[in-house]
Amino acid sequence: MTLAEYRRKRGEPIITEEEGADDAHAEHHPGVTEYTQIGLILFIITAIEVGIYYVGLGHNLLVAALIGLSAIKFSLVVLWFMHLRFDNRLFSTLFLMGLATAASVFTVVLVALHGQLV
Amino acid sequence: MAVGSAHLETSTGIDNRKLAMWLFLGSECLFFGSLIAAYLLYRGHSLTGPYPEDLVDIPFTSVSAFILLMSSVSMVLALASIQKGNVRNMQIWLATTAILGAMFIAGQAYEFTEFHHEGLSLSANLYGTTFFVLTGFHGAHVTIGVLILLSLLTYSFRGGIQKQDSLKIELAGLYWHFVDIVWIIIFTLVYLIQPQ
Repeated sequence: MTLAEYRRKRGEPIITEEEGADDAHAEHHPGVTEYTQIGLILFIITAIEVGIYYVGLGHNLLVAALIGLSAIKFSLVVLWFMHLRFDNRLFSTLFLMGLATAASVFTVVLVALHGQLV
Repeated sequence: MAVGSAHLETSTGIDNRKLAMWLFLGSECLFFGSLIAAYLLYRGHSLTGPYPEDLVDIPFTSVSAFILLMSSVSMVLALASIQKGNVRNMQIWLATTAILGAMFIAGQAYEFTEFHHEGLSLSANLYGTTFFVLTGFHGAHVTIGVLILLSLLTYSFRGGIQKQDSLKIELAGLYWHFVDIVWIIIFTLVYLIQPQ
């Protein structure tokens, strides 16, 4: 018995992919201008990263700055280019579950290194 | 995949192909998370050289990172084009993305060759093992991405991709952007942040 047949038998509503697409996409993907602006911001952040590498900041400050900047780049790509900001929240949940599991691995590493991650 | 307009029934109302891609990307987070964690665990523990500070070429890798970032921009522009029904522009942006991806791979091949000439190999030391496994798997993902892009490009030249098929480009784009965000992390943790 398919899921649709099961739901039909129980009198539950069946959603087709086309109907669901309205929710799934919330159909407000950014346009060319917004994509280009995000690309420009990514370029500037990368330039800043390389720049501060050569400036000679203290090690801890450098690490904090680089991780912060890369987190911004990561978020921009995921939220705008991968559309998590606009799409169904289920996608965000699945991705965050993967990230959380990966973060757990990092935590184990941190413990193993007694806090000396970098 | 001519089922884009086929009224498929799902329990969530979400296209199953897109759901599957996000599930896959979630599992890939753990895959690369493990490799990155292994790299960090063993960094600075190599008993013999060569060491990362002797090898990494930040200007060169910065250009590679820039190329991959810009390929993400061209990928979303390909998606924006096909969502507007502009097949010609989509083909141009897809080709641009594939070329940028190929340039990144070429750069990585050059870097690996240089490192090998300097004495670094998979078995030279802990740095060599963790570095080559991590960046090698990432390079393999980029290579697969380029092949997917070229397949889509060929398919589109045969008239197989129209406005209603934009999901195919979106799925390829999700994979491509994921590969990009993994490199954002690798570039920072492996290249820019060196052990004290």
